[in-house]
Parts: sequence; structure tokens; C-alpha cells
Amino acid sequence: MNPGFLFSQFMGGLTAAMFLFLIASGLSLVFGVMRVLNFAHGSFYMIGAYIAWQVVQWLQPSPERFWPAVLAAAFGVALLGAVVERLLFRFLYDREELYQLLFTYALVLILGDAAKFLWGTQQLSVSRPPVLAGGFELFGTMVPAYNLFIMLFGPLIALAVWLMLTRTTPGRMVRAAALDREMLGALGANVGTLYTGMFALASFLAGLSGALVTPIQSIVPGMDVEIIVQAFIVVVIGGLGSFWGTFLGSVIYGQVLSFGILIFPGFSLFSVFALMAVILILRPWGLLGRPLR
Amino acid sequence: MTERAEIAVGTRPRAAWRVPWTLLIFLAALTLPWIGSRYDTFLGTQIAIYALFAMSLNLLLGTTGLVSFGHAAYFGIGSYGCGILMKTLAVPFWLAFPAAGFIAAAFGLVFGFFCVRLTKIYFAMLTLAFAQIVWAICFKWNDVTGGDQGLPDVPFPNLAWLGSLPGFQHFRIGELFYFLVLVLVAICIAVLRRLTDSPFGRVLTTIRENPERAEFIGVDVRAYELAAFTIAGGFAGLSGALFGIFNRGVFADFVFWSKSADVMIMTILGGIHHFWGPAVGALVLTLLNQQITAYTEYWPFVLGTILVVLLFVFPGGILGALDVALSRVRKQRDA
Amino acid sequence: MLEILGLTKSFSGFVAVSDVSLTVETQQIAAVIGPNGAGKSTLFNLITGHLRPDSGRVLLDGRDITGVQPHETCRMGLGRSFQRTNIFPKLTVFENLQAALLVHYRRGGNFWSRSDALYRDEVEALLVSIGLRDQALSLGGTLSYGNQKQLELGLALASDPQVLLLDEPTAGMSAGETHATIRLLERIAEQRGLTLLFTEHDMEVVFGIAQKIAVLHQGRLIADGAPADVRNDPEVRRIYLGHGLVHA
Repeated sequence: MNPGFLFSQFMGGLTAAMFLFLIASGLSLVFGVMRVLNFAHGSFYMIGAYIAWQVVQWLQPSPERFWPAVLAAAFGVALLGAVVERLLFRFLYDREELYQLLFTYALVLILGDAAKFLWGTQQLSVSRPPVLAGGFELFGTMVPAYNLFIMLFGPLIALAVWLMLTRTTPGRMVRAAALDREMLGALGANVGTLYTGMFALASFLAGLSGALVTPIQSIVPGMDVEIIVQAFIVVVIGGLGSFWGTFLGSVIYGQVLSFGILIFPGFSLFSVFALMAVILILRPWGLLGRPLR
Repeated sequence: MTERAEIAVGTRPRAAWRVPWTLLIFLAALTLPWIGSRYDTFLGTQIAIYALFAMSLNLLLGTTGLVSFGHAAYFGIGSYGCGILMKTLAVPFWLAFPAAGFIAAAFGLVFGFFCVRLTKIYFAMLTLAFAQIVWAICFKWNDVTGGDQGLPDVPFPNLAWLGSLPGFQHFRIGELFYFLVLVLVAICIAVLRRLTDSPFGRVLTTIRENPERAEFIGVDVRAYELAAFTIAGGFAGLSGALFGIFNRGVFADFVFWSKSADVMIMTILGGIHHFWGPAVGALVLTLLNQQITAYTEYWPFVLGTILVVLLFVFPGGILGALDVALSRVRKQRDA
Repeated sequence: MLEILGLTKSFSGFVAVSDVSLTVETQQIAAVIGPNGAGKSTLFNLITGHLRPDSGRVLLDGRDITGVQPHETCRMGLGRSFQRTNIFPKLTVFENLQAALLVHYRRGGNFWSRSDALYRDEVEALLVSIGLRDQALSLGGTLSYGNQKQLELGLALASDPQVLLLDEPTAGMSAGETHATIRLLERIAEQRGLTLLFTEHDMEVVFGIAQKIAVLHQGRLIADGAPADVRNDPEVRRIYLGHGLVHA
């Protein structure tokens, strides 16, 4: 167990954590405001990845294909989210939560097959942008530059979103809406637009992380389900609805994933859900959530 | 929806046509192997089993108001329980079947104990977490469950006695098994019916309607929810036991959350506010699935679309929509 | 009959109820009044077991029921009706009451009988006493506000309580409805020998039927006694100046 190896595992855990955070933050945001757990969030992630790949294909000869592709993916998915919310989802707000959840599940089914139809079932991949192609020697191990970028980018996004939520007027309205939607509407705020905007932002984050993950992981059907499960764990650990809880949860879970596999090879399948169960039993509101009782 | 007061206060118009219908459908279903093909009987078996599975879920969903995302766990536990008992331990069906139900109910009791302490989304997530734990164990425990290979070749129960009866002699084991399934499912559904109509069932509905008020009329809400959870688990286990045999093998994907989602969609499709809703949903969804998967591989897309239509246009499910249509007809007739 | 001794409850530093002691005699009609936020609902929740007090005790007919779960306190003879109507909306009025009776008679564990057939006479009697007989088959959720409150009362009565806690029983009612409700309450309390403890904002109601009034302000009990004494209490007058207490 040399320090170089440990360090590389640690870095791997941090990278995974930041991806998870990007995705889970969107999930947490939607839950915090709209009180619904969006199963389709993972699907947005996957669509983001596919769009990024597609744009890279279209821009084929040009060397700097990656960044436009990422932006296209993020905005594309944001648009998709906004459309879904505006045309369909908003009509379910008055209904029981179960119906909202089922709607998001229906989206998972529909988007999953749509992706399969458009892009087939083989693995696709995207190469790293040339500016981040290299790596750095740190503590006796090689850390890819791209991973470092993600590790820095993640917290930056976190900060940006958090600032938006706490310092800007729309952000504060969003938090107020989470507490009392009707009251906010009575105060004249356009709650509908707020929700659409929120959903679009969350989708943006999902699409962004999907696009950013493509150089590291191949794009396959089923990645939507895989990631949403992990996002669930992260928000449960951190506390449903708590923004920094999600960040903390991602960091913790990233390391758990990274080192857990070493200790216990059949790790992810069982332990992931065992962890979730334990937290829900002992402390359902997670590390930073608001206590239920 | 104010009904006109009856002569005796509180008499629900118990429409006289209700009782013969169930019996008639049961008798008609019994004739399926003679009038239909082997494939029809095969489908009928599957529908009957899923109907029971969905109805067990509705004890939680429609009657008590509990949203469980992990109901497939008990289905799977019942399947593995019965399958292992019959295949590995050579236990006869008439012992293995109820045992599977009890094992599933026991798990329902243990998992439920933790779940009922939570509400709403937390409850749902914990049911899902437990179900996935069960799945992971089934998927990995090669020695007992066969791991990702599963438990193939689960034997049929001995139905030679049935096959020797006049008129039954030309049936293969699959068709004979259909009769057994139909009778067992009918018995289980009858028990569930009794349960729902009983004082216990009535208390469950008060929990669904208003858990806080239920507390204040003296209901220990957690205890009742746990009881419902256990019973629902038991019946799910029984349906799973039958399915394992029907499917000629038990596999880990019986427990996967997509199965929980499927049964929930079935229940809602038929209508959670009606006792027979889930059965109707099982029938419709199974038939639809058979038809559509013959033409396209994009069944999830179709299912998702059906679900969306259901949620927006027919939230009460098929039976709910029928109710609305019938009451409109009645209003026009009375006007 | 109902003794409250030194009940205190705070929520993350905010003291909702502070050292409140109150005694309600058997078959007495008592009222708890106070401005909004004075702690009346919290007090009720503490009595019924919905909340655990930080300190203090509640005695029902001599038995300590402090912190006992709501479904237990109900069994022990404490009934409650809620401020916001709290009934079973998709059950009919008949079924609402029948369910309450089933639980009261401990038949909730019965898996076999047909619940429809049970206790029909009692339900009928209850319906008559609360005046909802001709609404028996209406769904709870479709009733008018006033009728829902009557049903609410019926549910509380079904458990055959000795003490009835009523959270703003005439809230949102017109003068006529208020009058009818008060008459109903008085009649039922007398018929069944109930002890009533209620909170109200309508001072006419309070001074109309209460035999004993307790005044809460910011979680503390500032006055407690016969209506005339409370009305003349200088502190009470100070707090309620402009709220109509003076001319009641």
C-alpha cells in the first residue's frame, strides 16, 4: 500500500465525487424547490453525453470540438428540461407526489428508448480536449489534467449555484417557494416561470456533467439508471434538499466508491443500497438536512 | 358525488350484479385451456399471477396509502423461497407454497418495521433500498440463489391426479398448472377482499385518508401500517412462488426495481381506488406487452407513453374512467 | 378531571408554552383564550400527546398521560377536534363515524367480519345527535364547511371521551352557524356528561358558555378563573384592548 497508490485512489474518488456532485446538485435543487425526486435526471445526464458526442462528430475536422460540444449539450438539455416542465410537468404539481414521481419514471422510459433509437446501443466515446490531454506527476502518481480540471470545476460550479441561490433575487425566491409556494404567488412572484427556470438550471447541470464525463467514461445505454442510483445515495447521505449536504455527500461517497472496491470487490451492488438503508434508518435527513422529528 | 339517501341509513347501494360477475369470470377463465390455445393458457397463467401481485401492492397503495417502490422484493423472495424449497430441498408444493408466503411476509415484517417509521418519499426510498439489497444478495449469492445464473428448472408440482380426470387427459403440465394457479389466486384474492372489507381494512383506509386524524380516533398508525406491509408482502410472495414455477426458473431480475415499477404501473393502470383495478391493469398491461413486443423492441417507450397518458388523462385508471363514464350515463338517464 | 401541571415546551430556543398549570373540573366547560401565537395549539398538542413536553405533567382523571401517544390518550378518554377540519374525505359520513366506532370498540384487529354491518345503530344514533343524518352517504370531502365541523365533532365523540378538547370549534362560521354549534355542544356535553376544554377567538362564544377561562399570552398563563374575574383582570384587559373583550 504505497502512498502513491493511495493518493491516486483518493484523486479518483475526488473526480468521481465532482461528477456526482454536478449531477446530484441538480437533483437536490429540484427536490428542494419542487419536492419531487426527478428520476429522469439521470436520463438528462445521458442525453447530455450523447449530444456532446454528436456535436463532436459534426464538428469533426476542427481541433477544438470539445468545448462547443459541452456547451451545446448543457444548453440542449436545459432546453429539453424547460420544455418538459412547461408543457407537461407543471400540470402535475397539484397532484399527489406519487404521480409526479411516476411521470419522471415515464420520462426515464421514454428518453432511454429515444436515445437507443437515435444513437444505437454500442459504446461511444469522446476524446479529451487537447489542452487537457496531459497529466501531472503528483506524490508518485500520474494525475490526468482532465481530472484535475474536473476537481476544480466542480466546486466552482457549486459556489456559483450557491451564490445564485443566496444572493440573487430569483435565488431567494426559489428558496421561498420551497417553503410556501402559494404565499410566494400571492406576493406577485411568477412562480411558474421560477419553477421552469429552476428545472432548466438543474437540467443544465445534468447535461453539463453528462458531457464532461464522456472523455472518462464511455457512453452506453443504462448509464442513466446507473448514475441516478448513485445520485440518490449522495442526496440521501447529504440530506434531501440541502445543497452543501449534497456536496459533502458527493465527496464522501466518491471516496467510499474509490476505496470500497479495494476492500470488497462485489462492493457497489450491495453496499450502495445498504448505506442508503442505514442512513434512512438512523438519520433520514442525512448529514446536513433538516431533522424530521 | 352525493348518493341519494337510502331507506335505511348507511346502506350502500350494493348493486346486485356485482356478485355473479366475479363468479362468472372465474368460471369463464376456467374454461380457457379447452377453448383457447396453449399460448392463451400460458398468458392466462401469467395474468392471474400478476393480478395477485398487483392486488397485494394495492393493499398498500390504494387501501392504506403507502407508496412502496420495492414490492418486487417480496415477489422475488417468494419465488426464491418456493424455488429453493422445491428444487434444492425437494419439498412438495403444498408445503413450499405457503412457506414461501410466510418467508416473504417475515421479510415484510422486518423491513416494514424500519420503513413505517418514515413517511412519504423517505418511506418510498427505504423500500427501494431494501429491495435492491435483496436483489444484490440474490444476484451474488451463487451457492444458494444461483447468482446471476438464477435457479433454472424449478419443478412443477405433481398434478398427475388432475391430469387423470376425464376431460383433462390431453392437457400438458403447463395447462394443468394453470388450473392450480387460477384456484390459488382466486382464494388469495377472496382473502384479500375479505380483509379489505373487514374492520381492519376500514382502519387502513382511515390511515390513507388522514393519518393524523386516525391517530386521534385511537389508531396506532405504525402498527397497522406494519401489519398491512407484512400481509402485502406475504401475498406478493405467494404470487412470486407461482411465478417461479410458471417461468421454469427463478432469476434475480424478479427483484429488480423495474419489476416494482411494472407492478405499480399495472396497479395504477387498472385503478387504485377499485378493488379489481389492479387485476384489470395486470390483464391489460400483459396483453399490451405481448402484442407490442411482437412488433417492436421499444416497449419501454410505449410503456412510458401509456404512463404519461394515464397520469394526465386517466388518473383513476381504467376502472376510474369507467366509473366517470357510467356516472355520466346515469346522470343523463336521470335528467 | 383534567389537570395540567407546569407544562413547558420550547422549539429550538423559542418557548411556546411556559410553565402552564390548569385544572378543569369534571363536567366543567372551560376555555383557553389568547392572541395568536400565544401557544394554545401547542398546549393542546401537549395534552393529547402529539408533542412531548420538556417538563410538566398532564393528568386525566388522576392518571398520568404525559407524553403518551395520541392513539393511547384517545383510548384513555381524551377526544379532540381540530381547527382545520380533519376528517376522512373519501369516506362517506357514515363510514367516517363507523371507522371511529370500530376502533373504539377495538375491532380494528378483526380481519373477517364485514365492517359494513357493524355498529350501524350506534352510527345512526351518533348521526342524529350531531345532526348529520341526512348527509350519511355524502363523501366527507364534499360536505360544506359547517357540516365538516359537525362530522369532526362526531368523530371525536365516537371514542366516547370523558374530556373533549376543541380547537376553535366555530372558526370560520357565520353568526347563525356559530350559534347552532354552541347549542349543539352544550346539548351534547350535558347528554354525555362531558368535560370540555376549548380554544376560541370569538369572545361572545367564550363568555357565552365557558364556566372557567384561562388566558395565555406568549406561552404563559396570565389569568385563570370565572368569566367575570377574567374580564375584569387588568392584565387581560391590557392585552386584549381593542379585541372586543371589554364589551362582551
